[in-house]
Amino acid sequence: MEVVQSQRKSSSNNVIVSILPLYRSAPPLEVRLEDFEFFAIDRLRVLKGLSDGLCRGKKPEEMEKLVLDLWKANMRHPQAVEEVNKDIISHFVLRLVYCRTEELRKWFLSMETTLFRHRFRWGSSEAQRALMSEFKLPYKAVSNAEFESLKDKLGQVARSMGQTLAAADAIFYKVPFEEVPDLVAGRRVFIHKGHAYVAINQVVSLVVTQFRSYLSKALILTNRKWTSTIREQEKDRLTPIVEALCTSYLGPDYSQQQEFGEISIKDIDQVAKTSFPLCMRHLFEKVKEDHHLKHGGRMQLGLFLKGVGLKLDDALAFWKAEFAPKVSAERFDKEYAYNIRHNYGREGKRTDYTPYSCQKIISVTPGIGDHHGCPYRHFSEENLRAALVRMGVSSRAVEDVMDKVHNRHYQLACTLTFEAVHGSSCDAGINHPNQYFIDSQRVLQSKNGSVA
Amino acid sequence: MTKEEADNGRDDMVIDVPGQANAVPDGFNANYLRIYYGKLFPHADMFKWMSYGNDGKHPGCDKSYFGRREFSFTLENDIYIRFQSFNSVTELENSIKEKCPFKIDIGPVYSVDPAKRHAYAQSGNNVFTPVERELVFDIDISDYDDVRYCCTGADVCLECWPLMTIAIKVIDTSLRDDFGFNHILWVYSGRRGVHCWVCDGKARRLTNEQRAAIADYFHVYKGNENSQKKISLPGLVLHPFLARSYTEVLKGFFEAKLLPNQNLLASEERYEKILEMIPDASVASELRRRWQENKRASMSKDDINIVRWEQLKSILQSGKQKMQGLRRCVEEIVFSYTYPRLDMEVSRHMNHLLKAPFCVHPKTASGRTEQGRTKTRC
Repeated sequence: MEVVQSQRKSSSNNVIVSILPLYRSAPPLEVRLEDFEFFAIDRLRVLKGLSDGLCRGKKPEEMEKLVLDLWKANMRHPQAVEEVNKDIISHFVLRLVYCRTEELRKWFLSMETTLFRHRFRWGSSEAQRALMSEFKLPYKAVSNAEFESLKDKLGQVARSMGQTLAAADAIFYKVPFEEVPDLVAGRRVFIHKGHAYVAINQVVSLVVTQFRSYLSKALILTNRKWTSTIREQEKDRLTPIVEALCTSYLGPDYSQQQEFGEISIKDIDQVAKTSFPLCMRHLFEKVKEDHHLKHGGRMQLGLFLKGVGLKLDDALAFWKAEFAPKVSAERFDKEYAYNIRHNYGREGKRTDYTPYSCQKIISVTPGIGDHHGCPYRHFSEENLRAALVRMGVSSRAVEDVMDKVHNRHYQLACTLTFEAVHGSSCDAGINHPNQYFIDSQRVLQSKNGSVA
Repeated sequence: MTKEEADNGRDDMVIDVPGQANAVPDGFNANYLRIYYGKLFPHADMFKWMSYGNDGKHPGCDKSYFGRREFSFTLENDIYIRFQSFNSVTELENSIKEKCPFKIDIGPVYSVDPAKRHAYAQSGNNVFTPVERELVFDIDISDYDDVRYCCTGADVCLECWPLMTIAIKVIDTSLRDDFGFNHILWVYSGRRGVHCWVCDGKARRLTNEQRAAIADYFHVYKGNENSQKKISLPGLVLHPFLARSYTEVLKGFFEAKLLPNQNLLASEERYEKILEMIPDASVASELRRRWQENKRASMSKDDINIVRWEQLKSILQSGKQKMQGLRRCVEEIVFSYTYPRLDMEVSRHMNHLLKAPFCVHPKTASGRTEQGRTKTRC
């Protein structure tokens, strides 16, 4: 695959025919640099959404729907050719990103295999058969007549494994027994005259196993190539993109206020109580209490407030007022104002900084005297429980939240808190403090008919 | 009584009870061996079998084929020589007559002549490797010592040999009906059991993984003297292979022959072994109580074993038994006494050396020979 900065030439000769690609080899396509990154990000949204769904223990039917929705939202394209190209290109870019450590490889392998399993199942029988022949699996569908004659035996095998032969599963494939040693060894198939009769879910299993084993080996090879040549060769072009991709936050960046226009200082106290996530509530309370916050806390809360809709002038006034008992006006203008202006992109290189996502907040470790970071991660159990109770979380919900905390699912804990406080579910899960805020405002508005 | 019969299907299996084969008067000595190899050992047939048509007379045959087969000889004084290979029937015959091996083993067909293996091993590409080998099974009667009371170890009699014949029936039927193999040779191993040689081309070309899969398919009896329960049949019903084996072979043999002949329920020592296999202690104690009270089946003329077995079955199979583990208990008992006990290791690897048919076994005092038997009537 060649990455170019010019316009992409069409290469319709090399389009793969089957809809579900096997990613056997990098396609001979030219890709624009922007597409290199954007395609990967879209695919990453699908994989991370999958990961999230699995984490939350979604049932198989829910996962089916989730995968379909994620794919439609991020990877669909009206032209099949374009969709397939994006599919393949994004996969190969992510291989570069996720080949670099054992942990990354494991995650990527797991998600891509899950994605593949779902996409294989929702293909038509012809598509499935086509795929099986691409894997060089010599499977033949069992005719209806043959199925009828063997139905009893096939049912017996299913029941011997504690399963039933549902009508939906009545698709069987016939294959030489040599091809399925594991199924034979475990007596999980009916064999007759050298042929094994494999049920559709077993076929999926076998195909997926092949896919997984192939991808696993490919990732190791990719890693070797990456470390030995690509990383150095591409250090000015692709390498920075690749290295940034796996840690990137993928949601909206909340740098522009969207729905609720401006929030003024007089509103802050009120919305802090109702719509701030715990991390920001805590920082806010501490500012009020201590009349000071260290740098990490100022950044985390300050950028959050910017995302919430606080204008620069109001932000300056807010911090100045809160710090007033400890910091004189002149000292404030000298030592703190510059940084606040910097956050709003009015100083220095004029970058409009984006509020921190949960991922970023969770990853920092607050030191002595710090109050930033993620409280679900850093608070003692006692303090966390007390804080949740103060937020109005019921004792049963507190237990659920603590359970997530013990399992280190901090964002899920925050999501449960949201749900408990607002009495409504948050299916998407919390990934960003500003998302918490917006969702909260939405819920409250729909309840009260106004912004609380 | 040659291997050709192996090709013809197996409707009627005839067994010759070992012991009547050769009239060798005074024990064993090398002289008799020399005579045997000179006059009786079927060199030409052995060559024809192992060639599988690659004998230089048919078009399209591979002349190197026979020469790539490994044989190993055990000589007098336990000297063991491996990687023997021969390019023709004459070479084979001359070597055997000259060396007079006490035992001949057959190994796989390699990618190159075993005599030249060192030259190829240097290249590091694993060029010296097995490419073909019959699928083989080994069943030893001594593995059944815990369920036969008439003999132990290498001894065999008319009472317990049937354990072998039903094992053969179960495996043979499955090899033909389930796996589709046709060219199957069962031989008495010369001492205490039987060997099975599956010679179909498909079988010879199986990989180690596939052989292990077939062995595992047959692996139902699991355990040694330390394990309590050697047969476990979970699941609501049995896999068709197990069900067929039970209804067509094992059940009938157990109830009509093994149970009465070995007096499996007649004495406390023996029936305790069966009661131990019942997972529900209350059922076991109920039966124990009945049998302790009723030392003789005074009421009926029927064999006491059969009477007690009927009692056991009727309790275990009555609709009242809800406990999961009891569902298949009767089958588990029958399987644990009668299901074939294979030596798994023999079947798993292509390079396993197995004793050749038609060898005279030095440890069998009466000089029973390993003869090709393909028909067994049980």
